[in-house]
Amino acid sequence: MAEAMGFFTDTTICIGCKACEVACKSWNQLPARDGGAPQLTGLSYDNTAKLDGIHWRHVAFIEQFDQPYDGRWLMMSDVCKHCVQAGCLEVCPTGAIIRTEFDTVVIQSDVCNGCRACIAACPFGVIDVNPVAGTAQKCTLCYDRISEGLEPACSKACPTDSIQFGTVAELRERARGRVRQLHADGQEDAYLYGADPDGPLGGLNAFFLLVDDPHVYGLPREPELPSARLAGSSFFGAVGAAVLAILGVVGLRKRRMDELASEPAVPAEGEP
Amino acid sequence: MIPDTYFSAAPDWTWWIVPYFFIGGIAGGAYFISALLVWFGRAEDRPVIHAGFYIATIGAVIGGILLILDLGRPERFWHMLFLNQDLPRLAFKSYSPISFGAWGLMGFGAIATASALGAAAAERRFGLRPFPWLNRGPFWKALVALGGFFGFFVAGYTGVLLTVTNRPVWADSPMLGMLFIASAASTAAATLILVGRRRFHTATIEWLSSFDAAVLVFELLVLIAFLATLGAAIDAWLGWWGAVLLVGVVLAGILVPLALHWRPRWFDAYGRRDAGRRGVWLARLSAERKVASAVLVLVGGFLLRLAVIMASEGIEHARLVRETLP
Repeated sequence: MAEAMGFFTDTTICIGCKACEVACKSWNQLPARDGGAPQLTGLSYDNTAKLDGIHWRHVAFIEQFDQPYDGRWLMMSDVCKHCVQAGCLEVCPTGAIIRTEFDTVVIQSDVCNGCRACIAACPFGVIDVNPVAGTAQKCTLCYDRISEGLEPACSKACPTDSIQFGTVAELRERARGRVRQLHADGQEDAYLYGADPDGPLGGLNAFFLLVDDPHVYGLPREPELPSARLAGSSFFGAVGAAVLAILGVVGLRKRRMDELASEPAVPAEGEP
Repeated sequence: MIPDTYFSAAPDWTWWIVPYFFIGGIAGGAYFISALLVWFGRAEDRPVIHAGFYIATIGAVIGGILLILDLGRPERFWHMLFLNQDLPRLAFKSYSPISFGAWGLMGFGAIATASALGAAAAERRFGLRPFPWLNRGPFWKALVALGGFFGFFVAGYTGVLLTVTNRPVWADSPMLGMLFIASAASTAAATLILVGRRRFHTATIEWLSSFDAAVLVFELLVLIAFLATLGAAIDAWLGWWGAVLLVGVVLAGILVPLALHWRPRWFDAYGRRDAGRRGVWLARLSAERKVASAVLVLVGGFLLRLAVIMASEGIEHARLVRETLP
């Protein structure tokens, strides 16, 4: 297997230009939403709104202003996290979602049958159906480009290097250095989200540098694998089944007893 | 604090999936009731046993069709069962409810069909001659026991499937599988009462009716446990779907049927008072209280699936709802 590849997205230097979104849609030939009809979301300058089957990069604009001229913008180019333990891959019943030789997570569109289990399983809300294909789609970390030694379209287009591509080991090293630099410069709330291999989901191969609570960026604090809930839920299901079986058998037994009690007593003649 | 599940996306499991959960539950529950009667019932229960097999088979077929229609690419439904790139290897994951559920539904459908064929042959329907090994004897009883197990599985895996996600409401409590199993049993008993009220033995109908009442009490307790274990996601019920759950499921689907079963005189009193139209309606309700109760249980069971699914489906990714969260 090749080395694990991923993205390091440093949100502190994102300028919200959306070049990554455009490059992604262009390279992957993703269709326009509603035939290109303009849509205003009311979410600051963000009219993409969210990641889905036709938006595999999404620049979130977060306005933090208590007073005019007193606050800040947070901008984050969001993408599939290519989780080391991926919920989508786990639940996919068709084998359409695979882990590649680059340790990335890819949906094979020709295998997917559009059951949408992966959409509900992803803790980040990354996946959705591409209405043209009828299948679930998301970022492939430009599998077609990196197989040929090229950089993914989004990081290639990013003018500030907010999005960096490389081996996960090297990116983590670089990211830790960047956090140290920010701390030294007084930005002490800077931290890495998803860079810890011992953290949730075994670490994220596409991880982020953030300066506020994950919820502010639209990210869960402690993302979980859906299968973590399988044992508990199945156990209670089995308990329910057992209770119903007992209710049924006790009811049938009572019916027999009631009938025996109402019948006139007859002298016992051997076994019934 | 907003639960982490509010940062996921809705899978749009809606208008094919709600009826599937409802019909699949009835099918699984009907087979389970038949299995109970095969093992612990007696000769007069035969017509109910057969009806349970028929309902299970029809439900499994309709359920399969609904599931296929729900797919984004219905022609690829078989990818659920076989690895299309590596034939003839099976696509089976023991940790993915949608995967083992597809196989479970297949197995259930096969056993239900065999049981229904045996029943139809015994009744000499469709010109069939009886084949006794599918209608009596130890092999048949073992098959029915296995089918009863599959029946529970089909009734309950749908709840487990919803829990094994990262979606609000569904993933926040471990009780959905148990809740759906209870609702499956109550709706199946109600269906059997409706189907066989004129044909089944009175004692069987009475047993079905009291079994249904006991299951409804259990269902109510599980529903309370489900809501109590939701944590902060309980907020999802503060709205339209909460009203549906309270009025449609709890009141109309559980409490009124229980009252009809245990306190029929309450409804007689309305009838005797002859209070215009309302009195006539209630008098009829009282006269046909088993029918009324069964219909209400079915409506409640459908609304339960609808409310549980739609309460979560309606929740958008948290960032879209409140731009700056904490």
